[in-house]
Amino acid sequence: MTTTTKPATPVTATRGRRPGAGALALRQGRLEITQFLRSRESVVFTMGFPIIMILIFASIFDGTIGGGVKFTQYFITGMIATGLMTVSFQNLGIWIPIERDRGVLKRYRGTPMPKWVWFAGKVIMVVAIGIAETVLLLAVAVALFDLDLPGTAAKWFTFGWVAVLGVTACTLCGIAISSLARTARSGSAVVTPVALVLQFISGVFFVFTDLPTWMQQVAALFPLKWMCQGLRSVFLPESFGAQEPGGSFELGRVAVVLALWCVIGVVLCLTTFRWTTKRDG
Amino acid sequence: MDDELAISVRGLRKAYGDNVAVAGVDLDVHRGEVFALLGPNGAGKTTTVEILEGYRRRDAGEVSVLGTDPAHPDADWRSRVGIVLQGTGEFDELTVAEVIRHFSGFYPDADDPDKVIERVGLADKAKARTHTLSGGQKRRLDVALGIIGRPELLFLDEPTTGFDPEARREFWELIRDLAAAGTTIVLTTHYLDEAEALADRVGVIAGGRLVEVAAPNRLGNRQEALATVSWRTPEGTLESAQSATPTAFVADLAARYGGEVPGLTVTRPTLEDVYLTMIGHAR
Repeated sequence: MTTTTKPATPVTATRGRRPGAGALALRQGRLEITQFLRSRESVVFTMGFPIIMILIFASIFDGTIGGGVKFTQYFITGMIATGLMTVSFQNLGIWIPIERDRGVLKRYRGTPMPKWVWFAGKVIMVVAIGIAETVLLLAVAVALFDLDLPGTAAKWFTFGWVAVLGVTACTLCGIAISSLARTARSGSAVVTPVALVLQFISGVFFVFTDLPTWMQQVAALFPLKWMCQGLRSVFLPESFGAQEPGGSFELGRVAVVLALWCVIGVVLCLTTFRWTTKRDG
Repeated sequence: MDDELAISVRGLRKAYGDNVAVAGVDLDVHRGEVFALLGPNGAGKTTTVEILEGYRRRDAGEVSVLGTDPAHPDADWRSRVGIVLQGTGEFDELTVAEVIRHFSGFYPDADDPDKVIERVGLADKAKARTHTLSGGQKRRLDVALGIIGRPELLFLDEPTTGFDPEARREFWELIRDLAAAGTTIVLTTHYLDEAEALADRVGVIAGGRLVEVAAPNRLGNRQEALATVSWRTPEGTLESAQSATPTAFVADLAARYGGEVPGLTVTRPTLEDVYLTMIGHAR
């Protein structure tokens, strides 16, 4: 009997076996999502908060805001916008300082991973969790409070671009603000007041036009107000646009302001992002 | 630049405000060598190593690591350098295997994750969340992440802090294996026995300066140092004498006592004696 022996596989270094850039980003995104889902505080805080809020608000204000339109149609816009801001701005602004403090970022910097892959991982995580959370929110509102979903493709399209631009702006700002926190614990102290104030002045908890004019003007400087306004154009009848401060839903201006915040966010990220803590020199 | 050198440093300086951390260090590390930077806390070990790793900017001096200036690291260079930092960067929500597997994806020629887990002695902890690991086990995970990319050059910053004696011995074996496979290793430590056990050469750093660089058994001219012979006189008092020829000296003593010399010891300065003298002078 003869046995054929395989020629020995050459054991030369096979450089270049690393996954391609896109695959690296997806792996990073999957890792971030896993980490997020396994961290109970993040899940409860980020995913649960908007749902608890809609349960409370829709139960308290079960009337209409005129024209036979339910309050829920109004509040859902604020809750979606808040949810998107929580998953991007607050989530990153709180978690990145913790990761920086733990030395996780420093460790990544010591590997050949391209820097952008890490950011891409965060973006993938934010988008995935943001979608899941919004779907959950809509499902709860439809099931319990008879929310009317947008009826036309054009409205869904508006929903899509407002959400994408808003999440992008908030993600970039969340990464940028993470550099303000000096320690792991100060992240939430930096981010939470900003988020809370924005929620109050941007018409998340109150009807925006009921707020004092100066407050409306301050809110108009930040993205959350415009996210809410864009979403109102999706969930409220066209005629309600006349009640907006600008006399219409101003979708053009919504796009411009959110895009501007994306640019501001990118500039801040590029100029201020730190991979190590201050004491690391 | 000499191809035989993994690291070449000339006139390295780094200050944090008024505090000069590194005050002019010259250093060569050869390829395949195990080099230990030995020094007390605050001597400048970590600053020096982190400049070599590309984490910190230097104020002055020339530095070449694997032929590249670490102030401008690129991905190829990063894939050839393994780093075990002093502080652990933890991934509390992930398991040991998940972290190691993930990091293996960053390297073009990564080692098999399961093999590395086995090698650092974490096989029975592979499925454990990293936050459940003990201090020593976390350190092994750090080491695993340092070697997963099969680096040509491995930096280890105080790698065995928090290890029990048995874990340290196992770790030393791992380092010897890596060195035997040709990996250049630079480690910082404040454990003398670690430097003595592992290093081909030891650089003693104190006050931001390299006080001496030598093989562990030659440090501070240990071999040439006088031996101390001590014994007890018949009255019970302790006598001692320094001698360059202790064997002859003891033979003399034996003749004087007509046999056994009571309480006889012959010692040379230990590495610790030499080291403490050196860092004492530098202070």
